[in-house]
Amino acid sequence: MRTNRIREPFGDRVFLAGIYLLLTIITLIVLYPLLYIVSSSLSSPRAVVSGSVWLFPVELSFKAYERIFHSTQLMLGYYNSIVYTFFGTLINVTFTVLMAFPLAQRHFYGRNFFMILMMITVFFSGGLIPTYLLVKNLHMLDTRWALWLPGAMSVFQVIVARTFFQTSIPSELQDAAKIDGCGDTGYLVRIVLPLSKPILAVMSLMYAVGHWNAYFDALIYLRSEHLFPLQYVLRNILILNSTDPEMLANTHQQLRDQGFEQVLKYALIVVASIPVLLVYPFVQKHFVKGVMIGSLKG
Amino acid sequence: MNKPVWVKMRHCWELYLMVLLPVVYLIIFKYTPMFGVLIAFKQYNVIDGILGSPWVGFQHFEAFFRSPNFWLLIKNTLGISFYSLLAGFPIPILLALALNEVRSRLFKRTVQMVTYAPHFISTVVMVSIIILMLTPHVGVVERLFQLLGLPTTNFMGEPGLFKSIYVWSGVWQEMGYASIIYMAALASVDPALYEAARIDGASRLKKMIHIDFPALIPISVILLILNLGSVMSVGFEKIYLMQNPLNISTSEVISTYVYKVGLLNANFSFSTAVGLFNSVVNLILLVSVNFVARRISENSLW
Repeated sequence: MRTNRIREPFGDRVFLAGIYLLLTIITLIVLYPLLYIVSSSLSSPRAVVSGSVWLFPVELSFKAYERIFHSTQLMLGYYNSIVYTFFGTLINVTFTVLMAFPLAQRHFYGRNFFMILMMITVFFSGGLIPTYLLVKNLHMLDTRWALWLPGAMSVFQVIVARTFFQTSIPSELQDAAKIDGCGDTGYLVRIVLPLSKPILAVMSLMYAVGHWNAYFDALIYLRSEHLFPLQYVLRNILILNSTDPEMLANTHQQLRDQGFEQVLKYALIVVASIPVLLVYPFVQKHFVKGVMIGSLKG
Repeated sequence: MNKPVWVKMRHCWELYLMVLLPVVYLIIFKYTPMFGVLIAFKQYNVIDGILGSPWVGFQHFEAFFRSPNFWLLIKNTLGISFYSLLAGFPIPILLALALNEVRSRLFKRTVQMVTYAPHFISTVVMVSIIILMLTPHVGVVERLFQLLGLPTTNFMGEPGLFKSIYVWSGVWQEMGYASIIYMAALASVDPALYEAARIDGASRLKKMIHIDFPALIPISVILLILNLGSVMSVGFEKIYLMQNPLNISTSEVISTYVYKVGLLNANFSFSTAVGLFNSVVNLILLVSVNFVARRISENSLW
């Protein structure tokens, strides 16, 4: 095998080596902060403050994680985020499919009208205050609905799904289904959806990550502490520095001075990001499909 | 084919039923706020509501244009936008071109897996990471700088550094994910082109310049149009979290101003006017950039 291969010219090999080097450096630059955060969260407060953590945990300690899992405020935030993400994504995917599927059907009379109706909302929007006033007038302020309904459907995702239905599902299937006496609903439920699993997976991931990572809607619509999602709680602790007293209780004053708060913050970052970072590699292989379909025109 | 309309409509009654829910959603949550924009031309008060409040014409717009904040906001918003574009636009393209040369699947997958990951980190966590790493005395960046003999300062409190911190942390977070679309475009290049180039003795660099790069131009132009069309809207979420009293002179942008004036000070009408001005400018930009792009490159949104 080896002998048959034509050796690449010297210039090309140098070029390729340069590319590998460059990509390795980029990967390390992206990876280092992530590793540093995980290591710091597992180190002792003294090691973090004195600056002896560079790459690996120093004086391994799980204390910060223990505290986090004992904090009612954070666990409530975690629970709220799961509720928002699960039902929010369910609503998102339902609305998106219900809009995208008819728009993909050639026999749908008035297809262009609905398409334009939807596209107008991309270019014109009421903006922050009118939307806020609407939510207020609907009496949804300080309820979970305020985080579910105003963003129930993303036009971008509808277009991705519509293009997928149009291009990746052969229309012969529909003809066959029709002959067998299958209506549009049956066609959607029994044929189209089972064939669309990859696109549904990517769509769900995008929506779910959006819900999990959102804090802005909570910032403007929610007032009651028992409704706050994790990101909002995190913002108060990490950025506004209002530490949950429960987490620091029973900690020696000395330990507190030595930067237990710092370690706690690193641990919080890890705890908040783990769910998403664990799920995304499984859907990663479908990304290209999701992105590419959306970029097609028409 | 020329059946009466009602026959055609009866044929797809199930589809109308499906589309009903999303359409009701669009009308309530998208079209009603558009109508609510009227308050930009009124003196809104809660008791009279949107319709009952008195008209004031362009008073709020004039007040905004004349306010001392106006030019500062425009300058900050555009400065951050163009800096982001200049740094954030070419890097994913270069990353995709480089990744496309890699033949080892394991190496390629590893690089992709790692560089995509930060995209999924939330804004709150991202900003916390920035703040933690830049904390004076304990942050890792200061220690690195000291190790390299570079001068250190309170990074987050330095108005001059705000833009760079914002932009480069954004590049760190998004470059991998943004390269996906270019990778997809490269995957669809006809392999015959590479073979022909190979026979003609083209080097890898030559192939990259004359085959790969041109293949990326259409999609790049479209993304550039979209980016230029939104230079006036810098994302609220990240900037708002990165703001502190020390850097506010360079970090206040239109979207954060709208939020503060509107919701924190309950100045609904004025804030809506500022937001409306912003979206009108965006729309004009989008349409004109698209027009220019269609003229010079045959690639456009519509």
